[in-house]
Formats: sequence, structure tokens, C-alpha cells
Amino acid sequence: MSRATTFRVLPGFNLSLGYTLTYLSLIVLIPMAAVFLTTFSLTFEQFWAAISAPRVVASYKLSFGASLLAAAINTVFGLMLAWSLVRYSFPGKRIVDALVDLPFALPTAVAGIALTALYAKNGWLGQYLEPLGIKVAFTPLGVLVALIFIGLPFVVRTVQPVLADLETELEEAAASLGARRWQTFRLVIVPILLPALLTGFALAFARAVGEYGSVIFIAGNIPMVSEITPLMIITKLEQYDYTGATAIASVMLILSFALLLVINGLQAWTQKRGEKGD
Amino acid sequence: MSVINGLEADVVTMNQAPDIDIIAARSKLVSADWRKRFPHDATPYTTTIVFLVRKGNPKQIKDWDDLAKAGMQVIVPNPKTSGNGRYTYLAAWGHALQKGGKEAAAREFVSKLFGNVPVLDGGGRGATTTFTQRSVGDALVTFENEAILIAREVGADQFDVIYPSLSIEAAAPVAVVDKVVDNRGTRKQAEAYLAFLFSPAGQEIIANHHYRPRDPAVFKKYAERFPAIKTFTVEAQLGGWENAQKTHFADGALLDQIMVNRR
Repeated sequence: MSRATTFRVLPGFNLSLGYTLTYLSLIVLIPMAAVFLTTFSLTFEQFWAAISAPRVVASYKLSFGASLLAAAINTVFGLMLAWSLVRYSFPGKRIVDALVDLPFALPTAVAGIALTALYAKNGWLGQYLEPLGIKVAFTPLGVLVALIFIGLPFVVRTVQPVLADLETELEEAAASLGARRWQTFRLVIVPILLPALLTGFALAFARAVGEYGSVIFIAGNIPMVSEITPLMIITKLEQYDYTGATAIASVMLILSFALLLVINGLQAWTQKRGEKGD
Repeated sequence: MSVINGLEADVVTMNQAPDIDIIAARSKLVSADWRKRFPHDATPYTTTIVFLVRKGNPKQIKDWDDLAKAGMQVIVPNPKTSGNGRYTYLAAWGHALQKGGKEAAAREFVSKLFGNVPVLDGGGRGATTTFTQRSVGDALVTFENEAILIAREVGADQFDVIYPSLSIEAAAPVAVVDKVVDNRGTRKQAEAYLAFLFSPAGQEIIANHHYRPRDPAVFKKYAERFPAIKTFTVEAQLGGWENAQKTHFADGALLDQIMVNRR
């Protein structure tokens, strides 16, 4: 029997699609459209001048560079954390598990102040690091530290459930077929985890690009050195330059969207490849 | 900014006149002649910019020139985002001009000073935290009331307040938000509140918070709190706020050039 439409067990496709579109429009699309509309009140020259000023360009480099690096670091260490939490049981495991979510729950300003207090030259860690010539607070390195802090839960929480579903039998089978440990990791485990790792990476990156509260305290905010793009937007707003602020915001939006699209594409590709291999 | 966007405030009290001018110009919520509604251009009190240094003044910071010396670390908040930073910038500029310098000399001087800023906080309180809690910097440049407050609250044994030879008068403007009070029917209360700030009782409270009261009698009573300091105003020395905004703080203007070309 062939039917024009696919048969669905649950009804309500139209309703749910309508709901999805309305909800997305209200929550996401309309505010975004407002950003772009405000930008359109600028001439192209004004727009270009706002988004290509040297300080603003330096801030893109820091914001996107530090965010990518932080997401990459979180991917590696988040995987290790998730692995320990899923595969091993140890005393205090539940507490460690709950600690992972802390960066989600903490107001970002609190995180920023705490990190700054820790890494400043009179702080717990800073007092030992500064004599070694490692300055964290009030440098781009401090920005990186804050972004790693706020991005960590994203990787752990996306990888954890996939890892929990991953049966140890697979590894045992690989081992019994003569695979060395590294081969098992590289050829068996990583391909299965890769889609989840990429999702975690994308989420951590997206969060880091938009982060303001925690970074602002530790960055030092020196022009051309440690100013992040969201700060440039706030600076413009403080000067009542709404259109300039939205111009920079639209550049951030487009760049972030493009990067997320690439990461999501990669994720879909790895997932498909993984399924074919099955 | 919130007021322009529709936050219903009955009165606005700022630390620099342009903030109220912008409300008047952008939203017409405040009438353009707000300065004429109350005495002293609607500024019930003034303060000035002074230095806060570590106890005993180990770096011997006495005046603006010392702040611009090589190797000095000076904490100033971002002039783009804080009134505090703006007044500091303009005070330094005025100091350089007063020494007989032309604009090029003032620019050179202010560049050197801001070249000594290791952390640029968004607002005055952020700068205070950086200087007092993180122990960054040799001097914090800030409002007199803030400096005294820090010296008292954080510990008198840790900091000294230094008065430079010349500084800027920072007058704090107030205004009734006409449209809002007329809508809400709160004009009487709003005007009474602002008028109270100019009354002797209001001026006493102001003096107690280490702002310099306008009322000569109250000022005299608390004179020992307010060391004599030579000050200039933006209006008299720098061609008014509008001019200062255009030449110094607008995008691509002097401040931006100085910040991008910091040594």
C-alpha cells in the first residue's frame, strides 16, 4: 500500500509545526530582526566605519579566537570528565557530578569576580603565578580562563548520555579482535562520540562568544588588547550610539551563525558516516 | 538610557550634564531648559577629581605630571563609559593646557597618562575594586567623595588622598522628567524632592556624603572636610560639554585616537 504522505503514529504535525514557527519567531526571530532593522538605518559607509574600526576588529579576534580555543580545551577536558563520571564510581561522585553544573547556575558576574580575585596578583593562585611571569587577571589569558569556566558543562552534559549508552562490550570486542588500546579509542569510541563532542563544542563556543558578565571583570578591558566584542557593544550603548551597537551586534550574529552552521554541518556529516559504518 | 527607552522615572540625577541633555534631545521627556529650573544650573553639589595612593605615598605622587611618568600604573575607568573617567581625562587635559601647552602638548600628556593605565574598568566602582581589592596600580584617579569613602570604608591605614594642584569641577545635575511626572501626576513630589536637595537640610546631607554643597553656609560649616583646591569647569575651560563631546569622546575623536595608539 502506498500513500502520498507518510503515515505517522501521532497526529498533529500541522499544529506542532505551527507552534514551533510561532514560538521561534517570537523568541528568536523577531528580536534578531529588530537588530538588523536598526542597523539598516545606517548608510553603508557608517555601517562599515562602525564594524571595521581597529578596536572593534581587535575585539573580534579576541572574542572569536578565545571562544574557539576555550571550546576546544573544554572538548578535550570535558570528554575526560564525562568519561570518569560515566565509567568509574568513586566516593563523592554525585557531588562532582553536581559541581559540573555550577557554571550554569552561578550568576556570571559572581564567576567573574571570583576568578579575578583568584588570579589577581594578590589572589590565591595569582600570587604564585605572577612571580613565574604568568599574568592571568587583566590579560587575554584571563578572558580564556573565564570562557573555559562557563563553557565546561556544555561539553560534559552533551557527551555524558552518549557515553552512558556506549556499551563496554564494543571495546571488549575490539580488544578481542586484536585492536590495541589507541586503535580502540580512535576507531571505535571517537567515531561514536564525535557528533556529541561537536555539539558540545558548538554550545560551549556559542555561549563563550556572547559571554559578558564573567569576562568583563577579569579582562582588564585594554583597547586593542583585551576588549571583547560584547564590551564594544556595551560601550557604544553607553554613548547612546544604538545603531553603532547594533551594527557590531549584527556582525557577531552573522559570524556566530556561520560558524555554528559549519559545526552543525560537520556534526550531521559525522553522524551519517557513523550510521553507514554500522 | 533606560529613561529614554521608557523607564518611568520621575527625576533623574546624573554626574554630568550631557546625560540629561541627551534625554532632552532624544526623547523630549525632559524640557531643554532644565538647567534653569533650579539654582546653579540645576546642580545641587559638586565634587572634584583627586588621587588615591597607597599609604605613605611610596611613589611620591603629588600632581598630574607624576601620573604620566614612565613606569607608573594609574587606575582610571573607561572615559567612554563612565563620568568618572571622563572627568579624569578632561582634568588631565586641562592641567596640560594650563601649563601653557597647546593642544599637541595636551594630547601628548594625556596619551602618556592613559598609557600608564593597566586595567580599564567600565565604571568608577570597578576601578575602585581593581585598585583596592586586587592591589593593581600606584594611584586611583577618582571623585573626591569616592576617594574619601574608600579611605574610610576600606581602611584609613591603607590609602592616602592626594589633592593635585589643579582639577576639574564636577557638578552633578538633576532634573524632573516632565512628561513622566505629568502623566503620573507626581510633579509636585518630584519638584519638592529636587528643591529639598538645595535646602540647608538637603545640603547638610550632601556634605555628609562628602560632596561639596553649593550653600556657602553649609560649605563653611564643613570646610575642614573639603581642602581648598583650584578647579576649572568644562564650560569655562573646554568650550562646554557639547564641544568636549565632539572633540574628545565621539567615535574616532581624540580619545579613540589616543587609546588605539597607546605606547
